Amino acid sequence: MDTPGIIDVLSPLVSGAAYEAGTSVDTATIYVPVDRLVETCIALRDTPSLRFNVLIEVTAADYLPRDPRFEVVYHLLSVSGRHRLRLKVRVAEAAYVPTVQTVWPSAGWLEREVWDMFGIVFDGHPDLRRLLMPEDWEGHPQRKDFPVQIQKAVQTYQPLEISQAEFEANLVRDRVKRTQ
Amino acid sequence: MAELRTETMTVNMGPQHPSTHGVLRLVLELDGELIQSATPTIGYLHTGIEKTAEQKKWQQVIPLVERMDYLGAQSNSLAYALCVEKLLGLEMPQRVRDIRVLIAELQRLSSHLIWLGTHSMEIGAVSMLFYAIRERELLLNINELLAGFRFFPSYIRIGGLREDLPRGFHEAVNAFLSRFPKKIDEYEGLLTKNDIYLRRTEGVGVVSQEDALAWGLVGPIARAAGSDYDVRKYFPYTGYETYDFDVPRATEGDVFARYRVRMQEMRESVKICLQAIERITPSGAWACDDTRVVPPPKDKVYTEMEALIQHFLIYSQGFTVPAGDAYVPVEGPRGEHGTYVVSDGTNRPWRVKMRAPSLMAIQALPTLVEGGLIADVVAVIGSNDVVMGDCDR
Repeated sequence: MDTPGIIDVLSPLVSGAAYEAGTSVDTATIYVPVDRLVETCIALRDTPSLRFNVLIEVTAADYLPRDPRFEVVYHLLSVSGRHRLRLKVRVAEAAYVPTVQTVWPSAGWLEREVWDMFGIVFDGHPDLRRLLMPEDWEGHPQRKDFPVQIQKAVQTYQPLEISQAEFEANLVRDRVKRTQ
Repeated sequence: MAELRTETMTVNMGPQHPSTHGVLRLVLELDGELIQSATPTIGYLHTGIEKTAEQKKWQQVIPLVERMDYLGAQSNSLAYALCVEKLLGLEMPQRVRDIRVLIAELQRLSSHLIWLGTHSMEIGAVSMLFYAIRERELLLNINELLAGFRFFPSYIRIGGLREDLPRGFHEAVNAFLSRFPKKIDEYEGLLTKNDIYLRRTEGVGVVSQEDALAWGLVGPIARAAGSDYDVRKYFPYTGYETYDFDVPRATEGDVFARYRVRMQEMRESVKICLQAIERITPSGAWACDDTRVVPPPKDKVYTEMEALIQHFLIYSQGFTVPAGDAYVPVEGPRGEHGTYVVSDGTNRPWRVKMRAPSLMAIQALPTLVEGGLIADVVAVIGSNDVVMGDCDR
């Protein structure tokens, strides 16, 4: 099914939702308003002519400096209908996205990964912890303003041959870099 | 008699456990030998490949994505190359498509062999590992012949292949394909009717078709539960629609069903490889003719100024890809390997995201093992065929 076809089926089912067709070179793409996301997903899963019963992937992209900054991207698959759909939700920096874990259980870890990497909060998620990064990590690495290389003090178990003056100078230098 | 005091025991399995296929940590809460709850913890192998990819030029991402799922390396690079080619609007010559099919199927065989060896070793059939690795060695030799690199050949490139097939390639592949079906019989003779193996696997880790699809376990796990979803049949890519092969299925959804599906998949892969090697001519086109992406042939680089300039442009600046996004799925050894690529129109990707089948398999692990025996955890992890590099990226 193409994008206008899916929007035509979907619009009467979810009241008050204004869908926007996205451009794409492969599958149908729909922009979904964030407050109608869960209703839309339930309609997509349960409507017989759509039946998107598999949530393939949840990911996001950071379009800094565009506003709103993020796009959360859902890839859906209908096994019986042999078609795919890409849902996109525009999200600002401190906004919330409702979780779709109640619709597809596989969203659990995928949304955790998006939170871990982008800092997008999924409202209603029962277990929104870091997935891939260590628990005490600061920041969200996939954001475009997160540095690619972080300088951290080298951990070594051999005594370093370094004078006290050099040592203190290094400390000062590192502190400046970290606050930059 | 006074009431006995009972309590559950918490066991930490991994991250350094030989049967967790790398560094997966499971916190198991046990009531005697029964599992009350299982909590997987991942991320020990996270290397930030997706972040690194955003700093590289388009072609330089190929070796990076191959290191994600290190057992199915070339299905990662195939998904990535197809995705970028979709954004560029490139069409591959038929010979390139056939070679890619052959490489993808050989990669599936090589990955399934490691799965077979490690999975059966973990539940007691230790000698299987040596038999499986013996045949995989031949596949690694073919990789070495192709590109000089045994694990991550980076032979599939955006715009085609790295270079033409080497001399002796057909002989090596044909020698392997004539030898291998007899070896599958040998493996099945060791396991399929082995009473110990059957008792360890039948009725263990059962997942229904609805659950498998809801948890996103599309691939061999869902097919062992009755689904017929295979990307090669549903959304054919790189010419799979012209090949004659079946999609193996089972209905039980247990560890033994997944074993039978993967064994049958190996036979089907051999069938596809035989058709592909028949079609591939010893020499011919090995890349498309788009001069934006594919460098000019060397004899022109040495003799023509324009070709020399183009050569240096491609290797220094790289090429640009039209702005937009695309998602391309391929049927990897572990299920649907997909790549989601966003381009902003420059010579570096804006976002590269791989869909990781192992991540989904580990996410669904608690539903498969809870209520079962602790000894079956090892069988279920093995049968789910998880690769932590794929899971953690």
